[in-house]
Amino acid sequence: MIWETVIGLEVHAQLSTQSKLFSNAPTQYGAPPNTQTNYVDAGLPGVLPVLNQRAVQMAIQFGLAIQATIYNNSYFERKNYFYPDLPKGYQISQFQRPIVSQGHLDILLSDGTSRTIDIDRAHLEEDAGKSLHEAHANYTGIDLNRAGTPLLEIVTTPCLRSAEEAICYLKTLHQLLRFLGICDGNMQEGSFRCDVNLSLRPQGDSKLGTRTELKNINSFRFIEKAILFEQLRHQDLLESGQVIVQETRLYNPDKNQTEHMRSKENENDYRYFPDPDLLPIQINPSELAFLKDTLPPLPADMTKRLKESDALADDHIDFLLTSPSVISFYNTIKDKSGAPGKLIVNWLKGAYAAALNERGLTFDETLIPADTLAVMLGKLADNSLSNTSAKKIFNQLLTSTVSVNDLIAAEQSSQLTDTSELEAIIRTMINNNPQQAAEYRAGKDKLLGFFVGLVMKQTKGTAEPSLVSALLIQHLM
Amino acid sequence: MNDQSITALSQALTAKTISAVELTHDYLKRIRQHSELNAFISVDEDLALHSAKAADQRIQQGLGGALTGIPMAHKDIFCTQVLRTTCGSKMLEHFQSPYDATLVQDLEKQSVVLLGKTNMDEFAMGSTNESSYFGPVKNPWDLTRVPGGSSGGSAAAVSASLCAFATASDTGGSIRQPAAFCGISGLKPTYGLVSRYGMVAFASSLDTAGLLARSAEDLALILQYVARHDEKDSTSISSSTPDYLKSIHAPIDRLKVGLPRRFFHDDVEPDIQQAVLDAVHQFEQMGATIVELDLPLLSQWVPCYYVLACAEASSNLSRYDGIRFGHRSAHHDSLRELITQSRNEGFGLEVKRRILTGTHVLSAGYYDDYYMQAQKVRRLIRDECRQVLTQVDVILGPTTPTCAFSLGQKPTNPTQTYLADIFTVGANLAGLPALSIPAGINASGLPIGIQLIGAHFDEARLLQLAHHYQQQTPWHAMRPDLKGDEL
Repeated sequence: MIWETVIGLEVHAQLSTQSKLFSNAPTQYGAPPNTQTNYVDAGLPGVLPVLNQRAVQMAIQFGLAIQATIYNNSYFERKNYFYPDLPKGYQISQFQRPIVSQGHLDILLSDGTSRTIDIDRAHLEEDAGKSLHEAHANYTGIDLNRAGTPLLEIVTTPCLRSAEEAICYLKTLHQLLRFLGICDGNMQEGSFRCDVNLSLRPQGDSKLGTRTELKNINSFRFIEKAILFEQLRHQDLLESGQVIVQETRLYNPDKNQTEHMRSKENENDYRYFPDPDLLPIQINPSELAFLKDTLPPLPADMTKRLKESDALADDHIDFLLTSPSVISFYNTIKDKSGAPGKLIVNWLKGAYAAALNERGLTFDETLIPADTLAVMLGKLADNSLSNTSAKKIFNQLLTSTVSVNDLIAAEQSSQLTDTSELEAIIRTMINNNPQQAAEYRAGKDKLLGFFVGLVMKQTKGTAEPSLVSALLIQHLM
Repeated sequence: MNDQSITALSQALTAKTISAVELTHDYLKRIRQHSELNAFISVDEDLALHSAKAADQRIQQGLGGALTGIPMAHKDIFCTQVLRTTCGSKMLEHFQSPYDATLVQDLEKQSVVLLGKTNMDEFAMGSTNESSYFGPVKNPWDLTRVPGGSSGGSAAAVSASLCAFATASDTGGSIRQPAAFCGISGLKPTYGLVSRYGMVAFASSLDTAGLLARSAEDLALILQYVARHDEKDSTSISSSTPDYLKSIHAPIDRLKVGLPRRFFHDDVEPDIQQAVLDAVHQFEQMGATIVELDLPLLSQWVPCYYVLACAEASSNLSRYDGIRFGHRSAHHDSLRELITQSRNEGFGLEVKRRILTGTHVLSAGYYDDYYMQAQKVRRLIRDECRQVLTQVDVILGPTTPTCAFSLGQKPTNPTQTYLADIFTVGANLAGLPALSIPAGINASGLPIGIQLIGAHFDEARLLQLAHHYQQQTPWHAMRPDLKGDEL
């Protein structure tokens, strides 16, 4: 029996607004419990929600980026259930008429093929608070800081067919959200949460099998492992004639297995109805046009451009598109230096990335300003700076704010003043190797390289090779 | 002193005929004297006198406004930082709100003197004020009868001159019906005119903050200070408001008053029917034309209202789970029990009944037949009312089918009590402004109220018509004969 895996993915992306979806409390991660919870978030008697327009704009931007339908007059509904971290006893969400509908995202698989993933809907909803079970021995602590944070729930159709496709889609979506600037994608902090719906069916069947849901997995690696395990678990059960129980499962990374969390049969009837405290979301055409015109460059378009006009290889492009700050850094340097893309990428991926790493920094922080590097790489590109000098100057730039031009000038003059030192080294090398010196003078020109090597070794590679050659020739005459 | 209009009181305070402190003392004394009415849930005498002193200072400095130093009360549904906010419920018996409702803030800015929080049906659910955890309120006109509800405490307090005016809320008639039963004037403004922020929610799309006072003139004066856009309430309208006090004095000019024939059915007390007809005559004398009209959907008003109100209430009251505030049960062995027991202990019977009803009509399998259907019917009712109000300027009729009934009446079918709201729920369903004013006394000496319903944002017209009516009639000036009052 050949089984086909059918996967649908739900991603909850926390939108990076300054304040919550329905109140003006701040949304920063990591604050002490209940310090970013105002009366509206706490669901006190008499409070009312007020919609954060920035969240709406972000949802629209996402919709535009995936060529979806943006519904005018979408509205909020109440999803009713009781839980301590849900202060009002209902979550304000969207049900029948989500703001974004019917979009798609193209993904590139490792074998080079591309697939179009259908995104059924994306809607706005507020996040719940957190239940902290481990905080105290005898009771559970409720932290409402997260309550009310805006979420964009992005749901695919069950069109994915493998763990690889699922991870590829998630990574592509993750990148898109970060490049749109609407979500920081930090999975450790819960900014990007994925739920997997998985079922199996005999290949060729059109009817969907019973699905299970996998929740609370916070890394791409674990999601992949969880899917692979769950796929097999379904297969084992089905092949032994057993039934799949519709349930929600967690992934246990220590045992590399999924485990039962709760049954779907006891699922609440959420009694959705339109929230009477909020008006429908009206989107005026001029705002929509503005958001369309001001969409930031998207990864798919940037990949194309980098391939075609900058002639970069795939792994270089991947590196540049790891985050908006990397590509932005690259773009600035490229514009200002006129240096070829490949040269820039090599320096960024190599020396610069290493230097950042050493200091525990990322491209989000500035170690050497892009303008400065642009000057240096520009001179390297037009051969007015040698590779060795560039390396020297680069190292100096890490700790000094002196301009590149000044550093080059200092380097050249120090080269001149150091000539005497260098000449001393050259005389020593010639005296220590009389036979080779004689042979060179007799016509064995190749031996110049031998002497250059000795001097370079003596100066630990800091001497300028062309200068060394010139001086040696002088002294060997 | 207590029978004066707010304008007269304000003039007396400015002229220093009386001080706010003296005035407040008078009212506090009356509250104590008439504690049998049980109109108040909490009173803070020191606080009131402190506010009065501050008000006197403002007046002294020439900074007094029309409401400065005027003693008033808030229905215990409005969140106040001072005094508790109980909503007449055990669930919030000890609740201390950390913030003030917008309405409360707006009136505080005017330096009113807050005497206390008034009694009400639990979570505003009821029309007799008997469902309050803090005991029933008595009608000042007859202590064996109900004052109406859910704003029974506010109505009784104004009627018995325990305060100059009171705030209240109206979801299905909770301002107008008690106003009628207690012989005073009550205004339910257009939905969206007055902020709901800080008014504990019962049914969000129906709840309206409003006022109870002795006259249309008083209502117009107070309305000026609370009718405004509030950015904290997404359903708050932002449009300019007229000068209500000025507009009530404008002459009545070719006004068309609509009289729905369906308002005169057998269940309406004959005395009430007569009072309406007398009012019709009065309006005609004032220059109005009476137009007979039909409201074919009238019989749908009550069932439509109760489906929607209960549905919204079932969701609005979910936050009372014993976890963050409010009553928490001491008897529970699990999280589920913590929630269910807290709610079981904290809520009264009527609240439970409405939560269950609301949950039912929103449940899978019932949603379409009940909730969805009611929403459709609501739109039709609204459209019908709007259509009628293009043909006439106001709709006139009785506020209630009967006068105040006796305390302790327990009909076999709870929905029978709901039918008493027959005339009032329409304005809530359609979001229209409506006013109840005294229009007579029945054979048993009980007040009769008539209702005026206007087009959206036409409060000025309602108040104008009512004011002119009150200039020509004695009803609003009548007072209950309270034991212990000086003759």
